Amino acid sequence: MSKAETISLFDAGIIRRAMLESLAKLNPVTLARNPVIFVTEIVAALVAATGIEALLTHRPAGFSITIAIWLWLTVIFATFAEAVAEGRGRARAESLRRARSDTMAKLLMDPHDRAIFIPTPAPDLRCDDVVLVEAGDLIPSDGEVIEGVASVNESAVTGESAPVVREAGGDRSAVTGGTHLVSDWLVVRITADAGATFLDRMIALVEGAERRKTPNEIALNILLAGLTIVFVIAVVTLVGFGQYSGTRFSIPVLAALLVCLIPTTIGGLLSAIGIAGMDRLVRFNVVATSGRAVEAAGDVDALLLDKTGTITFGNRMAAGFYPVPSVNERILAEACVMASLGDDTPEGRSILSFARDRYGISLATPDDAAIIPFSANTRMSGIDTGGKSYRKGAVDSVLAALGVAPDPAFTESIARIARAGSTPLAVTADGKLLGAIELKDIVKPGIKERFAALRAMGIRTIMVTGDNRITAATIAAEAGVDDYIAEANPQNKLDYIRKVQSEGRLVAMCGDGTNDAPALAQADVGVAMQTGTQAAREAGNMVDLDSDPTKLIEIVEIGKQLLITRGALTTFSIANDISKYFAILPAIFITTYPQLGALNIMQLNTPESAILSAVIFNALIIVVLVPLALRGVKFRAIGAAALLKRNLLIYGLGGIIAPFVGIKLIDMVLGLFHIFS
Amino acid sequence: MTIHGLLYIALLFALVLGAAFPLGRYMAAIFEGRIVWLRQVEMCFYRLAGIDAGRQMGWQSYAIALLLLSVIHFGMLYAILRLQYYLPFNPLHIAGMSPRLAFNTAASFTTNTNWQAYVPEQQISNGAQMLGLCVHMFLSAAAGIAAAAAVMRAFTGSGLKTLGNFYTDLTRITLYLLIPGALIAATLLVMAGAPQTFAQAVQLHTLQSGAQPLAIGPVAFQEAIKEFGTNGGGFFNANSAHPFENPNAWTNLLENWLLLVIGFALPIAFGHMVKDKPQGRTLMAAMAIILVLGCVGAYAAEAAGNPQQIAAGVQASGNWEGKEIRFGIPASTTFNVSATGTSTGAVDSFTDSYTPLGGAVPLFLMQLGEVTPGGVGSGFYTIIVFALLSVFVAGLMVGRTPEYLGKKVQAKEIKLAMLGVLILTFFILVGAGFSLVTPSGIASLANGGPHGLSEMLYGWTSATENNGSAFAGLSADTPLLDYGLGAAMLFGRFAFMVPVLAIAGSLAAKPKLAESAGTFPTTGTLFTFLLIGVIIILGGLQFMPADTLGPIAEHFLLYAGKSF
Repeated sequence: MSKAETISLFDAGIIRRAMLESLAKLNPVTLARNPVIFVTEIVAALVAATGIEALLTHRPAGFSITIAIWLWLTVIFATFAEAVAEGRGRARAESLRRARSDTMAKLLMDPHDRAIFIPTPAPDLRCDDVVLVEAGDLIPSDGEVIEGVASVNESAVTGESAPVVREAGGDRSAVTGGTHLVSDWLVVRITADAGATFLDRMIALVEGAERRKTPNEIALNILLAGLTIVFVIAVVTLVGFGQYSGTRFSIPVLAALLVCLIPTTIGGLLSAIGIAGMDRLVRFNVVATSGRAVEAAGDVDALLLDKTGTITFGNRMAAGFYPVPSVNERILAEACVMASLGDDTPEGRSILSFARDRYGISLATPDDAAIIPFSANTRMSGIDTGGKSYRKGAVDSVLAALGVAPDPAFTESIARIARAGSTPLAVTADGKLLGAIELKDIVKPGIKERFAALRAMGIRTIMVTGDNRITAATIAAEAGVDDYIAEANPQNKLDYIRKVQSEGRLVAMCGDGTNDAPALAQADVGVAMQTGTQAAREAGNMVDLDSDPTKLIEIVEIGKQLLITRGALTTFSIANDISKYFAILPAIFITTYPQLGALNIMQLNTPESAILSAVIFNALIIVVLVPLALRGVKFRAIGAAALLKRNLLIYGLGGIIAPFVGIKLIDMVLGLFHIFS
Repeated sequence: MTIHGLLYIALLFALVLGAAFPLGRYMAAIFEGRIVWLRQVEMCFYRLAGIDAGRQMGWQSYAIALLLLSVIHFGMLYAILRLQYYLPFNPLHIAGMSPRLAFNTAASFTTNTNWQAYVPEQQISNGAQMLGLCVHMFLSAAAGIAAAAAVMRAFTGSGLKTLGNFYTDLTRITLYLLIPGALIAATLLVMAGAPQTFAQAVQLHTLQSGAQPLAIGPVAFQEAIKEFGTNGGGFFNANSAHPFENPNAWTNLLENWLLLVIGFALPIAFGHMVKDKPQGRTLMAAMAIILVLGCVGAYAAEAAGNPQQIAAGVQASGNWEGKEIRFGIPASTTFNVSATGTSTGAVDSFTDSYTPLGGAVPLFLMQLGEVTPGGVGSGFYTIIVFALLSVFVAGLMVGRTPEYLGKKVQAKEIKLAMLGVLILTFFILVGAGFSLVTPSGIASLANGGPHGLSEMLYGWTSATENNGSAFAGLSADTPLLDYGLGAAMLFGRFAFMVPVLAIAGSLAAKPKLAESAGTFPTTGTLFTFLLIGVIIILGGLQFMPADTLGPIAEHFLLYAGKSF
């Protein structure tokens, strides 16, 4: 289940299985959940009965039977769309399910005594049971580490094969059922009953089995049901208007008119769109605990982003060497390199690469080198080699160790570095101050442009950082965020979210620690990191399996894409009605009022061919749009007004014009084969 | 069509839209309780009726107060009509109405419909006109505007629990808007020659030395509120084609202006109320565009005339049948189209005599749900329903769940909105479709073929949409139509208004979300045309099959040489 694994839109296995399932889904009891398609099915059955009756009584039945077939196909295409979407989800779920083999858990009677345990089947575990997990075991269920430190391979859930450390206390205490303990042992308190684990929930969600309709989907269904009833009234009363006018409409004709007018296209594709939206999230390795959260993601208008790792690279990097007046810049650079040779931290490595890139200095660690590691006491690190000692460290510690007043030029450099929001390090060689290194938060390339795009979409970005105000303001300006929270702590994050929400905005944030839980719960969309604590995962309404906070932006886009797809197909479906009137109305009224043939602006061959063409178009358009429903309409960050104009043009105006062309083409094909013409 | 005709339409709309802006601001001030120049009178009413003017009502209380008032008025009007023989101001000793006709008439005036299944000169006394009908012309109009004000308040803030006080709304609207407006207009009409007297008739001696009673009465004041409150119930059967109701071309322009101006001022008032004027202007633009197209369309159809009459040399050009020479074709068609676009239902020419397409325009405007600009108040809250449906259908296309003015449109609102649309569709189509297959219904038709179908469809549409105009020709005082249309009027009014108030209550309670660049824009050209599209597709498309068998079939038959 990694990002690389994409399932083809036309995966033969899925399509084959979906074909069978689409027939099973014809059961009217389950289909009643979808009012538009349910009405279509009833009407199809009615027309089929009419056709069979005509056949039995030796009356012409060809037209009725043909219409009945196409009406049934309309229903089947709709159920097929849903089945394909579910099939794709199921394919993803399969890989998850493999991880959920039923293991035997080691149930501890006394949490403090690891010697006595009872082997218990994993499904029998209950909340608050305590189990022992040892190297090589599968973790039997979701839980919280209460004792021990171990490395866990979570690839079954995240797709990431590098083991992660799990330990009691802190922000790395949550373990997921189905993941694999690589080393050591853990005592785990179970936090989920069987069948309700994280993995179980994920499987249910991606399969669509437990899919509940989302709020917007429910509202849309009501609209579609309402429209269906409106058109049922229009078609049924037409019998009366027809009788007055001296026309008797046959059942297939009225059925064709009704099915063409009710919004079958969106009715047939609605659940597929929802399932596919969830699927897109899963493909991004994000699991939403509800479809509601995905919709809310589209509505978000403020993003709280952690500075470190999201806006800047996780670590500070060397960005400049500032020598004291008596020292040559190159000498300083060499001293910096020497002082960092033994420093394995990202900051240390960044000093080496900065010196290499800027000054072409590349030195190897001398054989006689004694590496002095960083200690909290001295707050310095460095190297002793060839009788010389090189040190770098926090400015005040270094100065204190030297015991001399620094050169004013040095003090000036330090102040400048601090004003720029960077961190200065002092560098010495043999007890002599050589200069300063500027360690800077480097803003990720391209992030500023992304924030600009978000702003165009109406989304404000807020940087959250533990840095002081000066540093925060500098980075915020550089990254182009709209606002920042400096010296962030759980409380001021929570306050900020509440303040933004009180202005009528929806907020999304991500977090991993237990102390993030209140803010995650308060936010409208809270994305918890998979590496985070159980508390954080419970509080959020999405979990990011890759634990990549940058994804918040993609999550918002996926939410928007889901809503856009739904809106585009609804608009398209409703706009289709106009052309269908022009196809069907002249055809059904022509015997009474031949003059109404003037409305046959498409010049369709015969009344039968016109009606049939409209019905065929109505059925085929569902299949044609299945890929769009599954893939989603592309989201563009161009602002609501421009987006509306664009989509209205494509799906609104397109929805009016497309069926004119489609129906005419089908009619021409029917004419070619002399079918009802 | 002539350039003068088109200029007349342009002049009318310039006058109406120009006046709508200041009037809208004034109305917003009334709704917000900032107009107090008759404070003493107002307070006196509250004291007399024991009303706590400071009490704020939730949507349920507001709706109950409105319904209660309507029920009482319905009962009073029914009693007046039944007992008019015994009541004062009945010099011609007109008998009481039959129960069924009284039911129909009471329903008609309580619902601001003013469908007239009776002949006023013969079946209703001056006393009943004044105390019964004229009073209701004020009250039903004020009730509609009050409901609109309540809906406007839903969008003014976050987490609102109340929508205002129905009684103070009703009083203020009547006192500060309807009565002053009607008084000024009545004075102008009297100056132009409309009668305003307690005398019932003038005896004329004809050239053949016969005697003819010429009905007169308190015409001018009723005429003023008839138009200003989009009522439409004429003092005379001939309605605004009658020279006493509408003496000359100037009064015709005045009346046409009167019946449009509040409807167009309401969205402007809305813009002021929600402190976002472009929102109001956008709704007004959508209303105006549809109505202008309707006016031009009907004018074009009538100016083109009846091909058969032109071929036979009966008329040189244009269809003059059923029109007053003193008004001419453009002023006549524009008046009737305005009156159907506003649920006024007044006529100064006879729609029944229009060409099929000329007659289809008023029919279609009513079917759209009376939003162009619709009845006073009702037109506004109906277009709000369409605006909600527009953002719901197309709003998703910007990638956010739909919202209108910062209020999320969700399942509950959609359920109630669709309920309203369903009720209108049901009464129009089931009513007309059923009537056309019953012998009683067919007997009411004056014409056969598609023209007869149009008459029946028009009648049910007019009643359900609370318009009240008739395609003439239809004999409406039959048990089927009296009771059926009466029910259609009551359901068309209240079974739509109550869900709309419920929507307002639900929206009011929601938080008002801030606007951003990602918000669906509900102002500007794009939304205007989207709204028009939704009004036509969701409001009008369901009637196309029936319309095709009526006016559209008749049109093609006419040009094929058949008429009805």
